[in-house]
Amino acid sequence: MFKIREKLQQTEVWKSIFRHNYQDTNRNRALQVVDNVWLHLHPVRISRHATNLGYTWGMGGITFLLFIILTITGVILMFYYRPAAEYAYEDMKYLMNDVAFGPLIRNMHRWAAHAMVITVMLHMFRVFLTGSYKPPRQFNWVVGVLLLVLTLLLSFTGYLLPWDQLAIWAVTVGTNMARATPLLGHEGPFGAQLGMHIDNDIRFVLLGGTQVGPPTLLRFYVGHCIFLPIIASIFMIVHFWRIRKDGGISGPTSNGKE
Amino acid sequence: MSSISDSNAPSNISASRTAAEPKSPAETPASKPASSAPQPIISKPVQAIAAKKPKQDRAPEDDRGIWRINRRSFFSVAGWAAFFVFLGTSTVATLRMMFPRVLYEPPSAFKAGFPQDYIVGEVSEKYKDDYRVWIIREPDGFYALSAICTHLGCTPRWLEPENKFKCPCHGSGFRRSGMNFEGPAPRPLERLKISLADDGQILVDRNVKFRFENGDWTKPDAYLKYST
Repeated sequence: MFKIREKLQQTEVWKSIFRHNYQDTNRNRALQVVDNVWLHLHPVRISRHATNLGYTWGMGGITFLLFIILTITGVILMFYYRPAAEYAYEDMKYLMNDVAFGPLIRNMHRWAAHAMVITVMLHMFRVFLTGSYKPPRQFNWVVGVLLLVLTLLLSFTGYLLPWDQLAIWAVTVGTNMARATPLLGHEGPFGAQLGMHIDNDIRFVLLGGTQVGPPTLLRFYVGHCIFLPIIASIFMIVHFWRIRKDGGISGPTSNGKE
Repeated sequence: MSSISDSNAPSNISASRTAAEPKSPAETPASKPASSAPQPIISKPVQAIAAKKPKQDRAPEDDRGIWRINRRSFFSVAGWAAFFVFLGTSTVATLRMMFPRVLYEPPSAFKAGFPQDYIVGEVSEKYKDDYRVWIIREPDGFYALSAICTHLGCTPRWLEPENKFKCPCHGSGFRRSGMNFEGPAPRPLERLKISLADDGQILVDRNVKFRFENGDWTKPDAYLKYST
């Protein structure tokens, strides 16, 4: 048991997340606080070029700006939108036709959502080209990949909310993929052997039923407005903090190595 | 020095002092009772640690973890156990809550009227909106086709003049029998269990599916023999 733990602590994954051990020395006790995002938001030291707004595309920053825009416009939309099958489509139509500045707010939300997916991709492209996924930034790359997944999930859950034919069938098609989930889907590998059926597998939990219906709308709404943004925000805090911990945005270093 | 702490850190300090300064005979008798009291089996590491002032909230040096139950470790283990039991049960309860017990969905089996109501050669779309099922009347009987495209689950349309089912999502086409012949659909439409109920009406059970590729279409429940 302890051997496994010891081996685990030697792996690169472990070391990239936890950067010091638990020896009871004064230095480590200080590091435990200083290296913890929740206890010490700002890094103790940053290298000089990290404060320099350098030669990147600024795509990560634009992505964050779009996230803020999406949060604000999304909250405003929540004043008019009701996530029930009877109302959802009508409320969307109401927003687009009769609410003052409704089309502006909804279109801001819509276009910012589209743009955010694009800027996330471009951000990752830049990070890849500058080799910023390499140590010591490998942990932050993984956090970034999780944020990409969360962005796509936010996009997907938001797509259902207008509750029109396009939304319903797109989500029908999208969630049908969950049938083939290994182990957890009733049409996936080993799913049937594990007792998965249309009304107890992962897709059933996702939809709240065996087909896209009113429970699906409510589940996607809660996921879109509460669950996913909170998870994404937590990862964003870690992401931004880690950038400065790992030496700021990557660029040419003064001594040529580091 | 009370007798309770005999085996604990304070006695170790005096023990180490005797080891370090054996030359002062005045101190030796005073610490003798302590050092003659039962000591931990391992002596070297204890002496090394003893030079440090023990922290207040640290367990006694001879604490062997949870396997030797004393009062402190018992409450510690019980507290953590209660915490994790609480965490585990609430996680299970929350997960279970995400599986609804009652579904507000159309029932899987339904009655589709009397056989006489159908015209020979007809593809009836009467039950498509509510149940996503076509009922096809052949000269010698009936079969029920599931209106779920085998590509990605959209609802195809019946195009009477072209005598085919066509999916609006990605263009899959199916013959009147359900066989796929164009577009991305990988297999024919599924047929459903069709039979006569006690009152003479057609009974379709959507839970029982018949797949052509499994050779199911020739099974008796996949086709309702009926002739006027």
